Amino acid sequence: MRADAVTVNVTAQPARAAVPLRFEGVSVKYRGRTTRALDGVTVQAAPGHVTAVVGPNGSGKSTLVRALLRRVPLETGRILLGDIDLLTVAPRDFAAQIAVVSQREEPSLPLSVAEFVALGRFPHRGAFGAMSQADTAAVQRAMERTGAIETDGRRTDELSGGEWQRVRIARALAQETRVMVLDEPTTFLDIAHEMAVFELLDSLAREGCTVLLVSHQLNLVARFASHIVLLHRGQVAAAGTPSDVMRGEILERVYDWPLVVTRDPAVGAPALLPLRGGGRGRHRG
Amino acid sequence: MIRPGASTLLPLVLGAAALVLVALVAVAVGAVPISLSDVVQGVLGQGDVAIVSIVRDLRAPRVALAALVGAALGMSGGALQGTLRNQLAEPYLLGVSGGAAVGAVLLMSLRVTDPFLVTVGAFVGAATAAALVTALARVVGGSGDTRLLLMAGVVVGAFANAAILVALADAPPDRLRGALWWMMGSAAGASWQAVGRIAVATLVLGGALVWRARELDVLVLGDEPAAALGVDVERASRRMFLVASLLAAATVASAGLIGFIGLVVPNLARALGAQRHRGMLILSAVYGALLLVAADLVARTVRAPADLPLGAVTALIGVPFFLTRLRKVVL
Repeated sequence: MRADAVTVNVTAQPARAAVPLRFEGVSVKYRGRTTRALDGVTVQAAPGHVTAVVGPNGSGKSTLVRALLRRVPLETGRILLGDIDLLTVAPRDFAAQIAVVSQREEPSLPLSVAEFVALGRFPHRGAFGAMSQADTAAVQRAMERTGAIETDGRRTDELSGGEWQRVRIARALAQETRVMVLDEPTTFLDIAHEMAVFELLDSLAREGCTVLLVSHQLNLVARFASHIVLLHRGQVAAAGTPSDVMRGEILERVYDWPLVVTRDPAVGAPALLPLRGGGRGRHRG
Repeated sequence: MIRPGASTLLPLVLGAAALVLVALVAVAVGAVPISLSDVVQGVLGQGDVAIVSIVRDLRAPRVALAALVGAALGMSGGALQGTLRNQLAEPYLLGVSGGAAVGAVLLMSLRVTDPFLVTVGAFVGAATAAALVTALARVVGGSGDTRLLLMAGVVVGAFANAAILVALADAPPDRLRGALWWMMGSAAGASWQAVGRIAVATLVLGGALVWRARELDVLVLGDEPAAALGVDVERASRRMFLVASLLAAATVASAGLIGFIGLVVPNLARALGAQRHRGMLILSAVYGALLLVAADLVARTVRAPADLPLGAVTALIGVPFFLTRLRKVVL
């Protein structure tokens, strides 16, 4: 009886061993620039939690994702999955363990939504052969969880901005990885769809996934993330729980705008309220 | 087992049937008209000896050469369009074919006439041109500006034509193929040996592109999404570009410079419903073969007994197509 129960458990939920993603003293300098885009940044994303990276435009948030994808070389530091340096991992193995939703992507081929989501199975498939049952099941699950299933049967060049974004998240989910990294995943989404994405990330974390979220949405992040890293000019300005980071004096300095931090009435999470009549430069004193 | 997918099966079957039909007609039509049933008999080696000789020694190799060159150009263009994320890319307009011609002609001007070595020369020339264009693409930025790439390709092509004219200026016309053959392409005078060489190149290099086609599906998403899905973007792009260039080089060594097939055919394949690259490359091979066999038929019949350069016929089809696409892609 006991053995049966264990078997059922294993097949019902894909095994996702806990593994942290860690940026360790990462520095990046773009060619032709004098200042570093990232300067000794350390971010630890723990399994079972949503970790958020926030900061103003140009603070280095997206560079962090680009460094993870090896689109920019590291000047110093390393990026670790568990205790493995990701530079030593082959690209395909990387994609079998970490799913990344990058910030921008133009629709390219007019594929059907299911075909597009199935591209998420690329790291798991060989050069030839049809989709395995596991592949098809993963695509189906991903489309259901993201709501992309509503667009099933349509082509990717016919989707609205919000639908396109959900289909992209579905593709990352179809990779069935232990780690998810998302760069501004809710940019084009309305409130309901934005909340749905945050709820989805929360449930992934509860299942043991490591979720790293790059976002502008400070207030939402404060409600969903258990750990926040605030970047400012390529450096970590603050890191810790939402209450540690969402403090008026820190945020005013980093965003260069007067604001107050209140409490979200429903869950008690800190909430930021930018004030009117600020004006760049005026606040610097 | 290669499965192009249900949506591309019908155009694939129709294209293959049309290819067989047009190939038979192409063998039948000529100075000595032959009936279709005699063509089939001649291919099988039966019937009148003179007919068998015309079919087997003169016309069939020419049709086979045109078909293989067309298939190779279609696949090369399809792979280049995917790699560069640019539906106007093709080996001729990118100057890769021109580079191949210069490589081959340089060897011939040094009195090397062995067809295998000439093909190697074409490979080296094409790889050099491909390296130049990819370096440019990298400088311009990951996406590769359409206009700049094509401008560079056209300039390299013009340089190639000049180099061919200079190198072959004092070539003995009885021993070497003329400058016009290289610059405008032709399937005339095809031999079964030449057919064998391009067949091997098309199978090996075209097969490699079809094998790696799933990588192209991911590459066209863009650098960051492709990297996120586990493709080594730089290495995969370089490899695809090189193989597609070598395939184009093999066609240049067999039939000279033939433009625009590599441009028109992949766009046709996509219009017929082949979006993913494996199906698109296979359809491009079939329709490339069909289009070039038909073009060669036009080339040798429309002003018979004169044999028009094959590249002139494909340019007459391809340039209007290019101009209509240019509006969509660049503007």
